[in-house]
Amino acid sequence: MDIIASLGLGFSVALDPTNILYCFIGVLLGTVVGCLPGIGPTATIAMLLPITFSLSPAGALIMLAGIYYGAQYGGSTTAILINLPGESSSAVTAIDGYQMAKRGRAGPALATAALGSFFAGTVATLLLAFFAPPLARAALNFGAPEYFALIVLGLLVSIALAHGSILKALAMIVLGLLLGMVGQDIYTGQPRFTLGFRELYSGLNFVSVAVGVFGVAEILRNLENEKERDVMVKAVKNLWLSKDDIRRIVAPVLRGTALGSLLGVLPGGGHILSSFASYSAEKRLSKTPEEFGQGAIEGVAGPESANNAAAQTSFIPLLTLGIPAHPVMALMVGAFILQGITPGPNVINDQPALFWGIIASMWVGNVLLVLLNLPLIGLWVKMLSIPYRALFPAIVLFACIGCYSINQNIFDVYAIGVFGVLGYVLIRFGCEPAPLLLGFVLGPLLEEHLRRAMIISRGDPSVFVTRPISATLLALALAAVIIAVLPGIRRKRKEVFVEED
Amino acid sequence: MKKLVSLAAGVLLAGLPFAGSAFAQDYPTKPITVVVPFAAGGPTDTVARLVAEVMSQDLGQQVVVQNVGGAGGTLGAGQVATASNDGYTLLLHHIGMSTAPTLYRSLPYDPTADFEPVGLITAVPMTLVAKKDFEPNTLEELVAYVKANGENITYAHAGIGSASQLCGMLFMDALDTQMTTVPYQGSGPAMTDIIGGQIDFICDQTTNTTSQIQAGEVKAYAVTSPERLGNLPDLPTTAESGLELEIGVWHGLYAPAGTDAAIVERLEAALKTALANETVVSRFAELGTVPVSEEEATPEALAETLSSQIELWRGVIEEAGVYAD
Repeated sequence: MDIIASLGLGFSVALDPTNILYCFIGVLLGTVVGCLPGIGPTATIAMLLPITFSLSPAGALIMLAGIYYGAQYGGSTTAILINLPGESSSAVTAIDGYQMAKRGRAGPALATAALGSFFAGTVATLLLAFFAPPLARAALNFGAPEYFALIVLGLLVSIALAHGSILKALAMIVLGLLLGMVGQDIYTGQPRFTLGFRELYSGLNFVSVAVGVFGVAEILRNLENEKERDVMVKAVKNLWLSKDDIRRIVAPVLRGTALGSLLGVLPGGGHILSSFASYSAEKRLSKTPEEFGQGAIEGVAGPESANNAAAQTSFIPLLTLGIPAHPVMALMVGAFILQGITPGPNVINDQPALFWGIIASMWVGNVLLVLLNLPLIGLWVKMLSIPYRALFPAIVLFACIGCYSINQNIFDVYAIGVFGVLGYVLIRFGCEPAPLLLGFVLGPLLEEHLRRAMIISRGDPSVFVTRPISATLLALALAAVIIAVLPGIRRKRKEVFVEED
Repeated sequence: MKKLVSLAAGVLLAGLPFAGSAFAQDYPTKPITVVVPFAAGGPTDTVARLVAEVMSQDLGQQVVVQNVGGAGGTLGAGQVATASNDGYTLLLHHIGMSTAPTLYRSLPYDPTADFEPVGLITAVPMTLVAKKDFEPNTLEELVAYVKANGENITYAHAGIGSASQLCGMLFMDALDTQMTTVPYQGSGPAMTDIIGGQIDFICDQTTNTTSQIQAGEVKAYAVTSPERLGNLPDLPTTAESGLELEIGVWHGLYAPAGTDAAIVERLEAALKTALANETVVSRFAELGTVPVSEEEATPEALAETLSSQIELWRGVIEEAGVYAD
């Protein structure tokens, strides 16, 4: 009863015409910046913070939240169409989404992303409404050892990201981990791998690395042979999902939503894992794992649902406890403060209209996003018919401007070039960029939590196995390795047999 | 000295009326950029945006806040140090301006020689807070407990050079004891682990702690300002409980060295107007702080604070032996 009344209050705020307008502006802007590689939601929200000064608190926060989850929709568009993920979550979507686009199935891929995200968004909104406070409390049980164990599990399970050699995937993860170490050591302040450049003290920019190893590398590869260029597929078969497609995406969407919702609540980096975890899960559960990496629709449906669910549930720690889960949420804290509201456990009681209004607006925003994105699919797919020589230089230029605009750090632009070349070399060696990005994103978190756990335990490594949650997660990680290795051994035996015959 | 400068300016104005008026009297003729050397949305950024809004109205030109984060605020400060001294690029920095020369042994700029101080803005007080079930209940008990348990106590801070790390150093200095310090990437994650009971204790700005104290999510011991705070009236000051620990995260506005004295004066006037503004005062109050007095919003006061703080922190940091590079 209480919740129904509260949701009613929320919808009365969210459905106020001005707030619908702000919500629409937010999700539209989010979609646009999500599509533009380089300019992510963090930069956009940072740029728009001063403008929100003059808005009502509800309007401002609804708009900024809209930018954030809108960008999750938009980010998948460039990942699918041109293999340029703008965010760590869409890096996974690029794997199979881009392959679908190459096979003329960009339409269904985009539709899957939009519908999966909508479903996930709806479920996550309900979760927020019904279980936000208890979920936030549960997440507080996660300390450094638990996060460390979770990330180890995530890394090991994600070897499934690669469709080629497991060894090469492992090498890429390790290279990514090393790249993630560039910058100042947060514990001692020691600069690492900075080559004496102060600009590298805060590390490499994710967007630069992603644009480089995915986008620029792909362009370089296509320059090799002009005639065999295969980025653009003119014959787009269909725009909408077939019955078979729908049947195939139902379970991945459900699983992705569940995984994403749970991981998103964890403020120490759960949302980053969500899409990677979902992809790995789908590949493991699939009866046709060999299709993954070749344009499997499940590989788009699962991760897209997971990342949208996580994007929304990552508001839970912020709204109920006032603690930001990641940089975008830290900006939201700033937005709250600029509006004269200090985010904290009291917001739900002191500002019920605002609290419930934001939650309700998320569902409204998701409806708006579906209405906005489904008709756009045709337009996006048409974009593929822009001549390659015009489209790609423009995109790289946008990416450079976007990266530069975030920190005004010219090294972020240089990094695009350097990682473009590195990415190209890796492609030539048959290595894949997705595991590298995963290592790059999770490496710093892995190190941070490992070292923090060890500092707090005063050097005693047994904390990882004596704390129940961490022990369980590590046991799962061990099981994942065993499962991954077993079929390999069996297959090797078979191969030996074949040779002997 | 000041007289001499204004005299020189007067001579200049008399000799070159046209150039002179275009240079300093019409200032500002285009938008002014205030560099905040930290990410948008943080406490320093909030202070900057609140002040910039009112300064824009007073100056008749947009005052744009630009966030140049990284390397503990030294990247942004370094950028302003070498920026053109035409009055259109300014720096709004906090206490880190005075700790950087010691924390960074190879700092590419000099906080005193490379900047013209404009004025102090505010000093955000800090609070000593711990996880809910931490044993001590008062500051006296806390001091005794820390002395007795030393390194078995975990102290969270938001990274080297952060206000919480500085306060922790002062605290350990005052008690002449060591705790296990655990760095985090910013105040948010540190506060998360305090609320979750993963870590014992932190001293952080009221901006980050007030709402958690009011909601009873953390146990508060004292505030580090000379007087009690309006929105936490029950919280004693450190001095009341007999602990010699006074620290405020002071913020100042700077222009690059060699900026025309008339421009600095104009900026000082705009800053004073902003600090007297009702909205600014009430928003600052919500953050648990107050604007500085009119006498302190001056180049002289900022210059003095800066040089005395550089000295203070040099001693503390060198004793702790913690460096950021």
